[in-house]
Amino acid sequence: MNDVRELKITPIKNGTVIDHIGNGLSLEVLRILGVHDLDKDSTVSVALHVRSQKMGWKDIVKVENMELSARKVNAIALIAPTATISIIRDFKVREKRSVDLPDRILGVLKCPNSNCITHQNEPVESEFEVARRRPVVLRCVYCERSVDEFLPLLA
Amino acid sequence: MSLKGRDLISIRDLSREEIEEVLKASRRMIPIAQGERSSRALDGRLLALAFFEPSTRTRLSFETAAQRLGARCVSIADVASSSVRKGESLYDTTRMLAAYGDAIVLRHPNEGAGRLAALASDKPVINAGDGAGQHPSQTLLDLATMHEAFGTLTGLRVVLLGDLKYGRTVHSLAHALAVFGAELVLSSPASLKLPPDVRDHLDQLGAKVVEEDELPKAVKDADVLYVTRIQKERFGDEAEYAKVAGSYRIDNALLNSAKSRLIVMHPLPRAGEIAPEVDATPHAAYFRQAFLGVPVRMALLSLILTGKAG
Repeated sequence: MNDVRELKITPIKNGTVIDHIGNGLSLEVLRILGVHDLDKDSTVSVALHVRSQKMGWKDIVKVENMELSARKVNAIALIAPTATISIIRDFKVREKRSVDLPDRILGVLKCPNSNCITHQNEPVESEFEVARRRPVVLRCVYCERSVDEFLPLLA
Repeated sequence: MSLKGRDLISIRDLSREEIEEVLKASRRMIPIAQGERSSRALDGRLLALAFFEPSTRTRLSFETAAQRLGARCVSIADVASSSVRKGESLYDTTRMLAAYGDAIVLRHPNEGAGRLAALASDKPVINAGDGAGQHPSQTLLDLATMHEAFGTLTGLRVVLLGDLKYGRTVHSLAHALAVFGAELVLSSPASLKLPPDVRDHLDQLGAKVVEEDELPKAVKDADVLYVTRIQKERFGDEAEYAKVAGSYRIDNALLNSAKSRLIVMHPLPRAGEIAPEVDATPHAAYFRQAFLGVPVRMALLSLILTGKAG
């Protein structure tokens, strides 16, 4: 069984594996990663609709030569809260963790309120605080608008 | 905790105890606000007023409050001729005002402007209304009016009537009343109901909230009838506005079935929601409410600038 999986997604020497992404959400995760900006020699592997004991079905993304910024991890935590992130160095998993939503999320989402001051020409980034964790509800620190849908708001 | 040096951007910035402190201080300011006593409590202080949106009552009452306590005001008189017109950010404008004045009072058309100004300024910022967002000094004067009439806020049955969706005063007021354990009765046209996130927030505070769209039923056991103006500018369609605007009107016939101590409040200006005949009844509290804007803002300025209640 292991061998079959190896064929589906090849191992990487250095980079990041994002596993346990909710079924069908890997394309959004790629959008967050900004794969267009990658080193052109890096390989990105995406597995959609993979059998998972824990989740039924899941997606997996592997990116060579990339370690995620805190901001990208926060964005993934919003879109794919079940995801786990493994840092690979020299073919070995050096670090594995789940994505955690911090109390404040800076610059990841645009405020859905078009009249919010953060959409004006001001030298500030969008900022949300977690108003509720299950299910996740965020509140704009500036205009206090609540949000519970994040995909359309990715900055 | 002292209010000295603090910003006031949203009513959520204040604890119940701090709101009580402001209300208590505002009661002591009434004789000064009425000109019966004079005070120089804020002598030598300079308040910077930045009103990027038209306002009569709020602006005038802040200026009056400052001057009754001996402070002076500078202001951006005409946004059209100021550097804002030349594309200066609110952030930069606020930094400049903070360099000139001891505190800033800001009214701005964008929601969140108050919070941004507070970030830019090292002097206290008082939000005097940001778009359809927060207007905490209005909430405080609303509470002061109810407290003056009943001696308490806890247990009052308060009907919030009208535009509960866009009305900027209503969301902050509902929050504050929930904090004090008042009972809320929501009464609005179907298209102007309280937004779900505001309702959720009230539930989280453990507030007692009921909906009653039939006005006579809503008013029957109420202590306070808080009427809001339906804002024409929120409707794209004139006919839709007319339909909703005509859907409620407070008159003496309606108030005949109310408690004798019921007070009718309105943030003003009114646009036909309350018949002029109500003005002559003991129910009418809206002009008293407008007056209390001055002592409440005196209390705020005094507590924020000096940490003392006058």
